[in-house]
Amino acid sequence: MYATTYHRPKTIAEAVALYEGSEDASYLSGGHTLIPALKNRLAAPQHLIDVRAIPELSGIAVTADRVVIGAATRHAAVAACEDVKAAIPALCGLAGSIGDVQVRHMGTIGGSTANNDPAADYPSAVLSLDAVVHTDRRVLAADDFFQGLYTTALAPGEILVRIEFRIPEIAGYAKFRNPASRYSMAAAFVSRHRDGKVRVAITGAGNGGVFRWSEAEERLADDLTPAALDGLALDPSLMMGDMHAPADYRAHLVAVMSRRAVENLGRTYIL
Amino acid sequence: MSQVTITINGKPETREVEDRTLLVQFIREHVGLTGTHVGCDTTQCGACTVHLDGVAVKSCTVLAVAADGAAVTTIEGLAEGGTLHPVQQAFHEHHGLQCGYCTPGMIMASVDMIRRHDGVLDEATVRHELEGNICRCTGYHNIVKAVLDAAEKHRAAHAAAAE
Ligand SMILES: Cc1cc2nc3c(=O)[nH]c(=O)nc-3n(C[C@H](O)[C@H](O)[C@H](O)COP(=O)(O)OP(=O)(O)OC[C@H]3O[C@@H](n4cnc5c(N)ncnc54)[C@H](O)[C@@H]3O)c2cc1C
Ligand code: FES
Repeated sequence: MYATTYHRPKTIAEAVALYEGSEDASYLSGGHTLIPALKNRLAAPQHLIDVRAIPELSGIAVTADRVVIGAATRHAAVAACEDVKAAIPALCGLAGSIGDVQVRHMGTIGGSTANNDPAADYPSAVLSLDAVVHTDRRVLAADDFFQGLYTTALAPGEILVRIEFRIPEIAGYAKFRNPASRYSMAAAFVSRHRDGKVRVAITGAGNGGVFRWSEAEERLADDLTPAALDGLALDPSLMMGDMHAPADYRAHLVAVMSRRAVENLGRTYIL
Repeated sequence: MSQVTITINGKPETREVEDRTLLVQFIREHVGLTGTHVGCDTTQCGACTVHLDGVAVKSCTVLAVAADGAAVTTIEGLAEGGTLHPVQQAFHEHHGLQCGYCTPGMIMASVDMIRRHDGVLDEATVRHELEGNICRCTGYHNIVKAVLDAAEKHRAAHAAAAE
């Protein structure tokens, strides 16, 4: 790791001022994506601005129709939260499927969402649950937030403060894990919202990162059963292919995981 | 450089360190406790597992300066005098190690697991929750046996204490 200077601001204003006052800064949350990158010298910010001491970024609140989670909330806290479990059990199951115990004790929802790794879990929940992303300066709809591999609508220096998930009528998450990393190789988050709309978000598979599978949404809106997806296939040229799984296999897995998510509404199915 | 104070195994340790210093380097190189190991550079192997404010974390992926003011327990902090911690004792009895490199991390992860589950564990849960710890000797079979035995003893001791 190259030399760097660490800061631990206590307010959003202080954090943004630190960012804007330095040529090359990076926010730090749980560090479970950023620190491995720093150790391998894939990134070398001169300043690290730790956001975890900022009170607005902490905590979980559940209202009649929303689950609101602060950006610095750790995966283990979401996985174990009884109020979230009662409102959106699939969201707890998703958080509990990330990495391993130690990773879940440090990694945060804000870091994961801001990073938008194409194999990360949370982006699929944010998109399927039609969440609203609150930053230090504006409010973004999930549909506008994710903009391709490792790319989001966040401007340089913009802080993700909290995520407001819409509580659906029912939702399910099915994930086929990469056996070495535990990241998803193909995963589907399926939600039927209280207005009857169905949203299907796929992560781990698309060559542009997380995406909504609109053909599946149309079929499931009429008939929320696994059979409704029979015969529906994705174009492999839109999928990632790598040493873990070629694109045609990933396209197949997406369809299977989507059916499994529908079979497991109200739960998670982790393979 | 920052002045960092971390309470390690009950003893406050203050050092002047570079901000890029990892918690595991603070523990091993600055404080001289070399029981905590480093087995990878991808945050996957778990050999560096310690307890940070009571929960198991990979100390290779935490900055020492971010742990300023925190309490850390390492493998050296488990035994009481000459008496091994029950999880250490179980690893010893079940031969839950071969080369021993992953053992400190395995034990720290297991102590955390047994505490979180109050000793109520089955084999599938133990295997699942040890996902963050890799044994290159593939000695998992006896490791799992040791954890289950220690968990059972923990549960029995707590049940007895409650009566
Ligand atoms: C072994 C291992 C296995 C893993 N397995 C999985 C898995 O199965 N599924 C999965 O989804 N993830 C997995 N992860 C990633 C893990 O979930 C990370 O914790 C997460 O992706 C990043 O969150 P973080 O809090 O650690 O962020 P950091 O590493 O601190 O930050 C990540 C990025 O987000 C930026 N950032 C952080 N917080 C904010 C904020 N509030 N506002 C704006 N920008 C911000 C940082 O500047 C940085 O660029 C794994 C990680 C490891 C090490
Ligand atoms: S050394 Fe920390 S996980 Fe391998």
